[in-house]
Amino acid sequence: MKLRVLGFGIVKDIFGASFRDIEVGEGLSISVAGFKDALESQYPEIKRLASYAIAVNNEYAADNEIIGEKDEVAVIPPVSGG
Amino acid sequence: MVDIKITGEVLDVQLCVALVMAPESGGVDVFIGTVRCETKGKRVLRLEFEAYEGMALSEMRKIADDALRQWPLHKVLIHHRTGVLEVGEIPVIIAVSAAHRAAAFEACQYIIDTLKQTVPIWKKEVFEDGDVWVASHP
Repeated sequence: MKLRVLGFGIVKDIFGASFRDIEVGEGLSISVAGFKDALESQYPEIKRLASYAIAVNNEYAADNEIIGEKDEVAVIPPVSGG
Repeated sequence: MVDIKITGEVLDVQLCVALVMAPESGGVDVFIGTVRCETKGKRVLRLEFEAYEGMALSEMRKIADDALRQWPLHKVLIHHRTGVLEVGEIPVIIAVSAAHRAAAFEACQYIIDTLKQTVPIWKKEVFEDGDVWVASHP
C-alpha cells in the first residue's frame, strides 16, 4: 500500500516536495508506529528532528492508531507559530 | 463567540479589538505577536510562516473552546497570518473579552502559550547568511 503523505516546514524540505507517496508494505492498513518506521527508513533525516508527530485526517494520531489508504496523513515537525 | 482566521493578508488590530467588544464586557485583553529583528544575537531579515491550514484552524478552535470552558469569557478571537513577514509586522493576534480582567488576562496567556505548542504552523527565520526552520532540530 502506498500512502500520500503531506510534509510541512522542515519536512517539506526533507521530502523535496509538499507531499510524497510512501510505500508502507503489503497490508491495506498500518499502525502509526509502523508508518513511522517506514517513513524513517525512507527519509532518515526525519530521525534528526527534535521531535515529530503524525496527523491523520487533521488530528494528532497516537502510535496505535490505524491508517488506511484513504486517510489524509501528514508529518508534523516541531511547531513554531505565534 | 469564537472568531478564528488564518490569512495571507495583513492583520488588523483595531478590527480584532472591535470584534471582541461586547456591552456586557468589562475589559478586552489583546496579545499582538510581532516579528523581532534578532534572534540569539543574529540579525533577522524576515520570517516566513507556513500552516497546515485545515488542521491549524481545527486546533485553534479547540484552544478557543477550551478557554471558553475554563474562564467566564464573552468573545475569543485568534487570527494568524502566513507568508513572508518583515520585521515589525504582526503574525498573530489573540483578543478576548470578559466581565472582569483576571479571566481576560489568564485566558489570553493560555491561548498564545497553547497555540505555540499545538497549532501546526511553522516559521522560518531568514538571516543574512541562510535560513532555519525554528525549533526543528535539537
